[in-house]
Amino acid sequence: MSYLAFLVPVAILLGLLGLAAFMWTLRNEQYEDLDGAAARILMDDDQDEPK
Amino acid sequence: MSCCAPGAEAALEIGPAGLVSSPREELVLLSRDLGGGLYQADLSVPEIHCASCMATVERTLSTLPGVEYARANLSMKRTIVKWRPIADEAPDLIGALRAAGYASHVFTAETDQRSPEYSRLIKALAVAGFCAMNIMLLSVSVWSGAEGGTRQAFHWISAGLALPAIVYSGRIFFFSAWAALRNGRTNMDVPISIGVLMAFGLSLYDTIQGGPHAYFDAATSLLFFLLIGRTLDHVMREKARSAVAGLASLAPRGAIVVDADGRRYVPIAEIRPGTSILVAAGDRVPVDGIVMAGASELDCSVVTGETTPRPAFAGTLVQAGLLNLTGPLTITAAAEAKDSFLAEMIRMMEAAEGGRARYRRLADRASALYSPVVHAIALLSFLGWLSFTRDWHASVSIAIAVLIITCPCALGLAVPIVQVVAARRLFEKGVMVRDGSALERLAEVDTVLFDKTGTLTLGRPHLVNTASVDPGALALAASMASGSRHPMSVAILAAASQGSVGATPMKNLGEYPGRGLEARTGTTIYRLGRPDWALGRKMPEGADGWFSVSLLVQNGQQLARLVFEDMMRSGARSTIDRLRQQGLGVGILSGDRRSAVADLASNLGIDDFAAEMLPSDKVERIAALTTAHSKVLMVGDGLNDAPALAAAHVSMAPATAADVGRNAADFVFLKESLASVADAYEISRNAGKLIRQNFALAVGYNAIAVPFAVCGYITPLVAAVAMSLSSVLVVANAMRLGSRMPFRRRASGLLSARTLNATR
Repeated sequence: MSYLAFLVPVAILLGLLGLAAFMWTLRNEQYEDLDGAAARILMDDDQDEPK
Repeated sequence: MSCCAPGAEAALEIGPAGLVSSPREELVLLSRDLGGGLYQADLSVPEIHCASCMATVERTLSTLPGVEYARANLSMKRTIVKWRPIADEAPDLIGALRAAGYASHVFTAETDQRSPEYSRLIKALAVAGFCAMNIMLLSVSVWSGAEGGTRQAFHWISAGLALPAIVYSGRIFFFSAWAALRNGRTNMDVPISIGVLMAFGLSLYDTIQGGPHAYFDAATSLLFFLLIGRTLDHVMREKARSAVAGLASLAPRGAIVVDADGRRYVPIAEIRPGTSILVAAGDRVPVDGIVMAGASELDCSVVTGETTPRPAFAGTLVQAGLLNLTGPLTITAAAEAKDSFLAEMIRMMEAAEGGRARYRRLADRASALYSPVVHAIALLSFLGWLSFTRDWHASVSIAIAVLIITCPCALGLAVPIVQVVAARRLFEKGVMVRDGSALERLAEVDTVLFDKTGTLTLGRPHLVNTASVDPGALALAASMASGSRHPMSVAILAAASQGSVGATPMKNLGEYPGRGLEARTGTTIYRLGRPDWALGRKMPEGADGWFSVSLLVQNGQQLARLVFEDMMRSGARSTIDRLRQQGLGVGILSGDRRSAVADLASNLGIDDFAAEMLPSDKVERIAALTTAHSKVLMVGDGLNDAPALAAAHVSMAPATAADVGRNAADFVFLKESLASVADAYEISRNAGKLIRQNFALAVGYNAIAVPFAVCGYITPLVAAVAMSLSSVLVVANAMRLGSRMPFRRRASGLLSARTLNATR
């Protein structure tokens, strides 16, 4: 059973990592314009930073 | 290059609101000061449709001197601009965008604050999702046969994971439940909170005691599912709110004040009685006042519901909100903005607000019946088991199993999911719903009252005899009209552009308020306007108002006779037929003259109409109907309708309505066609039907599951499966509103109604 003591914390840690990543994207306003993000990839010029 | 044709649909949707000028001074008033000389303006640009639109908008704005940052938002159809004044001048953002082919207007700073509620819900949802999924993972191992020390360890880890979910995500429900209980009421959140907390408490106790069962998965996944419903509901309301807030404001935010120092642009709140204000042609009157100088015509359609423009000259009393059509006016403010006609309407609205505040949501009414029953069953099974077995722990376990299995997951989702799907359907049809309770109230109405000007009609004249007018004369009329903002001139231009008759602006053109336009080329004098003035002789007093006549005259010789009508909204007639077929009473309440209203009413086949009504008359009429136990849907657009919109059981306004009316209305429709009213009614009826079905499903499921729970056969595994199954069932049923086509049936009914009218 010793592998459980190792794997379960790893699984939970990875889950926490995902949660933290989500919180970070939320705070960075990455969900403010979902349609826009999909459309921006079609823009001709390569600038992805707003001027 | 661009996939969109800016202007085409905007012209339809914005309509007369497009006349309001947005001076650059207004930009300063409406921008947020970010400090360090930097300002942020939020522009609503309704015509952003694709990537190239976004690129064009951003490029246009960023090349303006003074603009430091421009970012277009496609989902919200907005653009955020950060700018710095150059030589005390704001950059002409609106003008630059107009030149690029995009209509835009500035938001007020306060309408753009995104509610913190949204991110609070999303964060709670994320935490609940994370905890529920990990606990479920561990629970599956326990259900598959993990035993002894492993099971014990898994239960402890689950407890550790459940705690943040309960504390962080659960507080949304706990706070709401506590607020309701403190006011002596119950709502849906009360049984949810009790269920979640007791499940967690019991599981924790069992874990400490080393027991075989723990319900941590049930408690957290319940929170997760319910938060999904809550979040979707919030997103729907937010979307509608921001769409309504994005409409152009009809109320001016400032005015040009003339005093000893010259002219200044001043915010409305700083205007004092006695101040001289300049109102340019095309602007709205900012505050109530008296005309001191100038002559013009005023469009009262939004304020009083009259269609015929009112002449204005020195000494005329004017109300805030009137649209100045032809010439500049200097007025002296008679009252401050807060004492104006508009403010009076707002006070009346507050007094009238009744039906809405008293209304109790379906879900709350259901839970008021549901929670006592469920809690009584749980208590009885506890007492029953205790008296039989004398085993405290087993009895409490069974009582809690009853609470978990009846946990109102399905009930909690039954209403919001249907309403979210309904709101999305309406959104696709161009109708914004303010909140879910509006859908519930709309399904209950039995009477529909319409305002006339701007609601049944578009509130602007329309040339009806284009076919019988000589194209040359029409081109000439269009050339003369192209410099004027008078509604009839706009109508002539629209008719001319439809017939692809070119209009070249004319020189030596004069506009005579209340009479018409005059142009001279050499010795020839052209006049376009009122028949008696154009021909230079007295004419017999004819029918005017809802339709009227202009003549185009060359040196006293009539070239063309132009007949205007206030254009009926498309689909007005079929909408009224559809509403009648649903068994609703239909009536008109208008502030316009009796003859004009009677004409339209007979045209639409409505017998029940009232004309020349003051705002208070409309409210009284609705109050009388309400005391007679009638539920009224009020559809109106004007300032004068705003109190009636607030007084009605539920209300609807077109996007072109006055700001106050729009804010008072539960539904705002963006399309020009009146069919939105019937669509909204039918969708809300269907939604009501599905909600009742969902309640029936939830109650039926409980009727089957509760006996098992009372008998003690429910293990955590059964509880989890049953709960998820019932939620999926309810959600799937709600989705039928989106997929099913209940509209085909009606479309054929519509067709037959139309053929009937044609053959009549």
